[in-house]
Amino acid sequence: MGKQTSLKQEKARKTVMSVVLAIICVIYILPIVTIIINTFKDAGAVKSNLFALPNSETFVGFKNYVTGMTAGSFPFWKAVLFNVIITVLSAFLILLFCSMAAWYVARVNSVFCKIFYYLCVFSMVVPFQMVQFTLSKTADSLSLNTPWTIPVVYLGFGAGLAIFMFVGFAKSIPIEIEEAASIDGCGPLRTYFLVVFPMLKPTLISVGILEIMWVWNDYLLPSLVLDLAKYRNIPMHIQLTTTGSYGQMDLGSMMAMIFLSIIPIIIFYLLCQKYIIKGVAAGAVKG
Amino acid sequence: MKKTNTKKASFKTGHSSMTKRSLRKWAWLFIGPVFASFIIGFIWPFAQGIYLSFCGKFNVISNARIQGFENYVKAFSDDTFLHAFGFTALFAVVSVVLINLLAFAIAYALTQGIKGSNLFRTVFFMPNLIGGIVLGYLWSMIFDGLLDLWTSQNLVDNATYGFWGLIILLLWQQIGYMMIIYIAGLQAVPDDMLEAAKIDGATKSQTLFRVIIPNVMPSITICTFLTLTNSFKLYDQNLALTGGKPARLTEMLALNISNGYSNMATRGMAQAKAVIFFIFVAALGIAQLAATRKREVQQ
Repeated sequence: MGKQTSLKQEKARKTVMSVVLAIICVIYILPIVTIIINTFKDAGAVKSNLFALPNSETFVGFKNYVTGMTAGSFPFWKAVLFNVIITVLSAFLILLFCSMAAWYVARVNSVFCKIFYYLCVFSMVVPFQMVQFTLSKTADSLSLNTPWTIPVVYLGFGAGLAIFMFVGFAKSIPIEIEEAASIDGCGPLRTYFLVVFPMLKPTLISVGILEIMWVWNDYLLPSLVLDLAKYRNIPMHIQLTTTGSYGQMDLGSMMAMIFLSIIPIIIFYLLCQKYIIKGVAAGAVKG
Repeated sequence: MKKTNTKKASFKTGHSSMTKRSLRKWAWLFIGPVFASFIIGFIWPFAQGIYLSFCGKFNVISNARIQGFENYVKAFSDDTFLHAFGFTALFAVVSVVLINLLAFAIAYALTQGIKGSNLFRTVFFMPNLIGGIVLGYLWSMIFDGLLDLWTSQNLVDNATYGFWGLIILLLWQQIGYMMIIYIAGLQAVPDDMLEAAKIDGATKSQTLFRVIIPNVMPSITICTFLTLTNSFKLYDQNLALTGGKPARLTEMLALNISNGYSNMATRGMAQAKAVIFFIFVAALGIAQLAATRKREVQQ
């Protein structure tokens, strides 16, 4: 009898929790829903009442999306393109070279390697403002100020976390496998690419996700380094158009632009959710 | 610890030292690219930054001249900097407490085997992927729309609104991230311990405080560390949501320093502030890690 009531209580408790969480969930997505609703209203209606649904007078269809994508001397779609270029190149460089360096550090383990490793760990706690001015000057003087060369800066500044995570994992790979490869006549290069690299896959995914999230959304570094008349990434473009210093945009199109910049992230998230959540948990345990 | 020791020992055997030697010949390829860009992207700018904090007015780095501690004296007597420090510290305390409490509560609820857990987790984590600038503008529109309903003020007209606006924004962004870490921690609590507590007749709250929380201390350490440093380093969200308005009253440390660089007259002082900021964040992080690590259960 006592057991039954406690089971019932347990069930009721779970239902209450479900309902509470569902309510929080709805509150959570309300801001994004509000933005979506407003992408279909004209600018006046956005300003007069943000939370009203579009009616026959204020509904403008996809006009805001078209304006948001193409308006201004520097259209939004170009910023998206540069964002993709910068993110893909940076992630590629970081994954390839940091995993190689980490394996070298884990295996050679010389004094130089140890110093390099601790400098990498150290770089993770340094706030960006510390190098803000000097890094932008260095990048300019070395022509690292285009979407095709700025990934080199990301490789340098992102090395800390990547090296840290890769070294931790590389140390746990049994050295006997590599020895077997070298007895079979593999040099270091073939050993690395044919034997070690495939084993690093879970960490490659985790680090890749963390670095992609960082580079895709990064504002300060590209805004200091890139020539904004020629190149912009999405955050730079949003910042420049909203502050209105480079051409004002109406509120409806602004809403569409904000929503358009969120869509790729949501798609990426829904496709790789499993890896993203694993990556975050792995990064935290190591960090 | 043990693992690394055995590995070090195995370096001494014949074959592995051979691989090690042949690997060293390839150092330029394996470690060279990262090392070079690490010097360009971090070491060199960091060293220059320290140097410039001791220099007088400069436009480019080559025309800077050493002048001593003047920039540091100026930094500590700059009212906007001191205000930003206080504002950031208060912000950090409030956000660390709220984010961790809420994230833990949600993670705890989501590990009780209730229906829809996966969907909830998906939704709560999502805002974390949106970048700070986009988040800031998204929320500034929402807040202005909300404020419109009962006042004529905007978010940027009132420092109190700005403060709570930033808190809400950061909660929305970071609860999901910390929730994931807490879920991983909660799932690692040994089942036999929970079972033993149940058999011994522990109540729900006794189990929570005496068994679960001591076991998830590592997650609590990481999450407080991350939220604390994130709050202190917050920049994009601050720039996009309030931009420091009104009258630099909602300016946080990173934004205050960053604004200082744009003017040649305050550039040296900004660099000195950055050094102070860096030392403070590093010390805070180490102190926090040391304090919470002590309470972790040895397993």
